[in-house]
Amino acid sequence: MALRKIIPVLLVALVAALPLLAPFTQVMLTLALAKGLAVLGIIVLLHAGQVSFGHALFFAVAAYTAAFVGKSFAGGELVAMMVAGTLVAAVTGLFVGLFVVRYRHIFFGMLNLAFSMIFFSFLEKFYHITGGSDGLQVLRPSVLGIEMERTGFEMLLFYGSLVICLAAGWATWAFLRSPIGNMMQTIKTNEIRLEYLGVSARATLLAGYVVSAALCGLGGVLMAVAQGIVTPEYAWWIRSGEFVFIAILGGANSVAGAFVGSLVYEIVRTYAAAFAADVWQMVLGVFLLAIILFASDGLVGMYNALMDRLGGKGGMRTDDAREAAE
Amino acid sequence: MTGRVLMSAQGLQIRFGGVVAADNVNIDIHEGNNLAIIGPNGAGKTTFLNICTGYLKPHAGRVVFDGKDVTRKSPRQITRLGVARAFQIPQLFTEHTALENLLIAAAARDRSWKPFTALGAIPEREEMMHLLDMVKCTSVADRPVSELPEGQRKLVDIALALALKPKLLFMDEPTSGVASSEKFEVLDIVAKALAEAQVTAVFVEHDIGIVERFADEVAVWNRGEILFRGEPGEILSHPDVIRDVIGEEV
Repeated sequence: MALRKIIPVLLVALVAALPLLAPFTQVMLTLALAKGLAVLGIIVLLHAGQVSFGHALFFAVAAYTAAFVGKSFAGGELVAMMVAGTLVAAVTGLFVGLFVVRYRHIFFGMLNLAFSMIFFSFLEKFYHITGGSDGLQVLRPSVLGIEMERTGFEMLLFYGSLVICLAAGWATWAFLRSPIGNMMQTIKTNEIRLEYLGVSARATLLAGYVVSAALCGLGGVLMAVAQGIVTPEYAWWIRSGEFVFIAILGGANSVAGAFVGSLVYEIVRTYAAAFAADVWQMVLGVFLLAIILFASDGLVGMYNALMDRLGGKGGMRTDDAREAAE
Repeated sequence: MTGRVLMSAQGLQIRFGGVVAADNVNIDIHEGNNLAIIGPNGAGKTTFLNICTGYLKPHAGRVVFDGKDVTRKSPRQITRLGVARAFQIPQLFTEHTALENLLIAAAARDRSWKPFTALGAIPEREEMMHLLDMVKCTSVADRPVSELPEGQRKLVDIALALALKPKLLFMDEPTSGVASSEKFEVLDIVAKALAEAQVTAVFVEHDIGIVERFADEVAVWNRGEILFRGEPGEILSHPDVIRDVIGEEV
């Protein structure tokens, strides 16, 4: 049991130390953390048994909001960009959610996709506002009024992202264990009974949807600031698919899986693209295939199974596994 | 009937194609008076429950609960007014334990969303443990409901409804799927729990022994109509009921 808890702490410490030991990994890790937040949003919806193939919408909405805040206020202020981006993503989530929570399963997924593609087209076509396919530049913002040099800023962005991810991970974990989080889970297993308890399944899913959109938005802002540019590609359907891919890779039932999956994905993607430029997508595809076929609980599920074996347990009950994964 | 009228169905009519499932159904449900609904398959018994709990809307007629017209209200709205339901096939949250099922119901009842409090730590925990005790399911409190035998699943389903502290509880065949040897035991537990919770029950049942033992009043349904209504002793000895519903030679 101690080992099961020590290893995650050591992994967080390793991620925190990596930019100091190997500075070239810093940007890659920041991007992985930003995507991890968006994947966390996907995990929230998976908890209710729903898959969104359009959550890049909120990622992009928040990223563009950050870019506009930066443009409007002389480079912008990082905290203001994060707050504004997350809020706009949450409000967008509220409005889009009012439509999509009426549907389930494939219809839910595809309706999300439709909304994200409408926004993608808007970003592409309204060139005078959005910069079209060239996108918008995101200048390095000040932090609480302090102008920073590039190196210092990137380091602060990485460690700030790490702290945000830990806080968001804990808050999401607590949310999913709470009464409303459990009610969301019952949408997956027995929505009719939930209604017969006097609870609106749609309102419950909507609450989760807004949380999910806000998490995606926060990730979008961090990504925009880290990359220094936002383009319509932020809202592109492949981005949405990437989030779902990472969620399954890390473990669809696990908060930790969002970040583990994201880190592994980003590392594999970066190095596969560098060393096998023509086949890196194939490498990822085979990796995901192996996960789905042999470890449906993702990397975190594999980790739990390994810990069980080391701990001498023949097997775990589903809820124990879920708790351990969380 | 001594209790006040809790729910009143007035002139209910509904048909599914050529099948008449409710044909001018008029019935009052009195507080503290457990009503059994009997009748052959297809008589319209479950349809009546579906209308009263908002799952179906009648083509004509209305349902009044506690002085309020609930005919067009959703199951959710009717539940919030104090009407609960237990199902023929237990409707439980299969990824949760028995206790967690009840805690979700308690949180729903009290509108206790609490986004950062663990479900297991909500103040209603003791109350729900007591409810599990009432239905003799304390020993399985921490077991996933998907692993429980049918009899216990039925009891947890009824406890889930009772967790809402309803005024009126509809139960659709509370002993179906339960072994014959356990039926009376299960209903004894339910009857005791209902009495303790002071809940009026309406239940659909095929087992006449169960009806005789637990009902204060019986309504006999056939082809969407109420044919007879009265005290169990009187109704269950009526030759037409014996022939058409109980299925014995007079």
